[in-house]
Amino acid sequence: MVAVQETVDQVRQIDVDQYRYGFETIIESEKAPKGLDESTIRFISEKKNEPAWMLEWRLEAFRRWLTMKEPDWSRVKYPKIDYQDLHYYAAPKQKPGLNSLDEVDPEILRTYEKLGIPLREQEMLAGVVRPEGERRVAVDAVFDSVSVATTFQAELKKSGVIFMPISEAIREYPDLVRKYLGTVVPTSDNYFATLNSAVFSDGSFVYIPPGVRCPMELSTYFRINERDTGQFERTLIIADKGSYVSYLEGCTAPMRDENQLHAAVVELIALDDAEIKYSTVQNWYPGNSEGQGGIYNFVTKRGDCRGRNSKISWTQVETGSAITWKYPSCILRGDNSSGEFYSIAISNGYQQVDSGTKMIHLGKNTTSRIIAKGIAAGRSDSTYRGLVSTHRKAEGARNFTACDSLLIGDTCGAHTIPYIEAKNSTSVIEHEATTSKISEDMLFYCVQRGLSEEEAVALVVNGFVRDVLQQLPMEFAVEAQKLISISLEGSVG
Amino acid sequence: MSPLLEVRDLKVRVEEREILHGLSLTVNAGEVHAIMGPNGSGKSTLSHVIAGKPDYEVTAGEILFKGEDLLAMEPDERAAKGVFLAFQYPVEIPGVATMTFLRTALNAQRKARGEEEMSTPDFLKKVREVSARLNIPQDMLKRGVNVGFSGGEKKRNEVLQMALFEPSLCVLDEMDSGLDIDALRIAADGVNQLRDQGRAMVVITHYQRLLNYIVPDFVHVMSRGRIVTSGGKELALELEETGYAQYEEAAA
Repeated sequence: MVAVQETVDQVRQIDVDQYRYGFETIIESEKAPKGLDESTIRFISEKKNEPAWMLEWRLEAFRRWLTMKEPDWSRVKYPKIDYQDLHYYAAPKQKPGLNSLDEVDPEILRTYEKLGIPLREQEMLAGVVRPEGERRVAVDAVFDSVSVATTFQAELKKSGVIFMPISEAIREYPDLVRKYLGTVVPTSDNYFATLNSAVFSDGSFVYIPPGVRCPMELSTYFRINERDTGQFERTLIIADKGSYVSYLEGCTAPMRDENQLHAAVVELIALDDAEIKYSTVQNWYPGNSEGQGGIYNFVTKRGDCRGRNSKISWTQVETGSAITWKYPSCILRGDNSSGEFYSIAISNGYQQVDSGTKMIHLGKNTTSRIIAKGIAAGRSDSTYRGLVSTHRKAEGARNFTACDSLLIGDTCGAHTIPYIEAKNSTSVIEHEATTSKISEDMLFYCVQRGLSEEEAVALVVNGFVRDVLQQLPMEFAVEAQKLISISLEGSVG
Repeated sequence: MSPLLEVRDLKVRVEEREILHGLSLTVNAGEVHAIMGPNGSGKSTLSHVIAGKPDYEVTAGEILFKGEDLLAMEPDERAAKGVFLAFQYPVEIPGVATMTFLRTALNAQRKARGEEEMSTPDFLKKVREVSARLNIPQDMLKRGVNVGFSGGEKKRNEVLQMALFEPSLCVLDEMDSGLDIDALRIAADGVNQLRDQGRAMVVITHYQRLLNYIVPDFVHVMSRGRIVTSGGKELALELEETGYAQYEEAAA
């Protein structure tokens, strides 16, 4: 029978089988011993062959971290993390100084192949005639704590774009890195960001020179593979005056019974007239149907619209992780700068999501727009938490916020916690919020027209998230749409 | 030849309360049957049970559609076999363009029947043709399904789907509710265009006025979960004069 109850039951049975990226790659790896103290940090820094200033920076962060307390204000519950019981560095064993993809361990290449991430430029370019105007995507593949391959680097370099693992950038472009690292998310920012500053291992570095429109989409694909390992990646993107870049990150991990910590930091800097579009398709392992295992995704992402007329846009599709705790934010410092946040957060099983954004209006005539869609099913709990703040000097600041929640079944929860601070009488702030359930009437209407119940739920959910999906780069919108279906599998075909 | 729809001694419960107490109805292809009755007589329950809405428990009797056991089929299966319910209150589906909805539904039905999916150009051609015939502006098809539609537009959207899916049995549930007389006339015109030798209609209504526009071959009066009397179209006019009271007593 078509009863919604049945859908709900099916959704509840969400099983590990449905996570399609849960395989493990058996590969020899080199790990730092478990535990965290100054020697761990020295170990990481040495592995990365870092200059002295970088080590100092890390140690300072570590010392500060020791004085900090793990935050407990979010609406998520998890057992205390034992920070001494983790590996802070894990890298596939490989020959030092890879010169080409051919030298990458074939097991790793196969892993990315299985994930559908193209790393071989040759293959990508060969054969098939590409439709006019289709853009290629350059990929930086991060496996546990190291970047294993970055494609199209040479071609990007021709236009002056730097796209490389941050560990390499620290060595090759120390001035650039030093100038910007930690200027958006300072080492003292918050517990997890500070931890990241101390132990971050790899991530991507992007620099777009003045006036350059990055000729292709850039993306980083993060994979956690090793057991008992935390992943602490650090991404730094700088769009110099008048430049443009679109960047996407994707994430997956094997299925494991224990929880794994992922504490990343992403910093974006847009100078005068520059634009950064940052999209995330997050599909870390969400845990099994009993709520066991899964990734703790505790991430600090922040963009600084430092220049006039600059623009930063965050788009995220969040379907994975046992716990998500992230608030991609924009500091609208430059006059006329604008920030956007488009989000789809889908939770099922026992997943917990506490996510949203902060829009800090500092400059004159700054604008921000927030569209957040939360879909909760199973026994999951989803919270939107947002801050819109207009400061004294932010004359003419404008914000529009819409948060919509959709509930499937009656054992999940949706919460909206918006904070609004207006310190300026000329600012205009709008907030709209709705919470709705996929009603039995809606499903019955669709099945009466011939759709199966699963098709009906998929149709309704896709309608619900449509205005956010439209914000994703074409290349990834399709992937995201598929992911949404998989996440709600059991109810969706 | 077996009748298109045969309802035999149907008893239906909703949450422990019996709503239909043994209802029988035979509808042949090409016929238009009106089912009239006061509020709470079980008219809408009948339409919902035919379409397969959940939460109704059939405790006795059967429904045969083209000789097959309709109650054994899932609602989407019934739709693919040619059962169409025009809703009294069509639901809104935000973010899903009407055009997308129509195509998804049509192709789902075709797939269930083992037919090929209709190609996009063929589909567009068909929708244009049907909507032109029903005077439905193209712009309505681009909007979200029923979102922000007026009462009249919602009903026309139902008629459009009926025309597009070409079902053999159309059940119209309180087609006239919420419509002014002009909107009613437009919707009824659409329905009349679809009257056909191969197609039957069951028109459920509280008021006689709808039957001025959709003229039935047979009229049945329901009261307290049963059909208490049946006749030709003149029965509806009689009812207009005498009201339902006499039947209420008869059924009690």
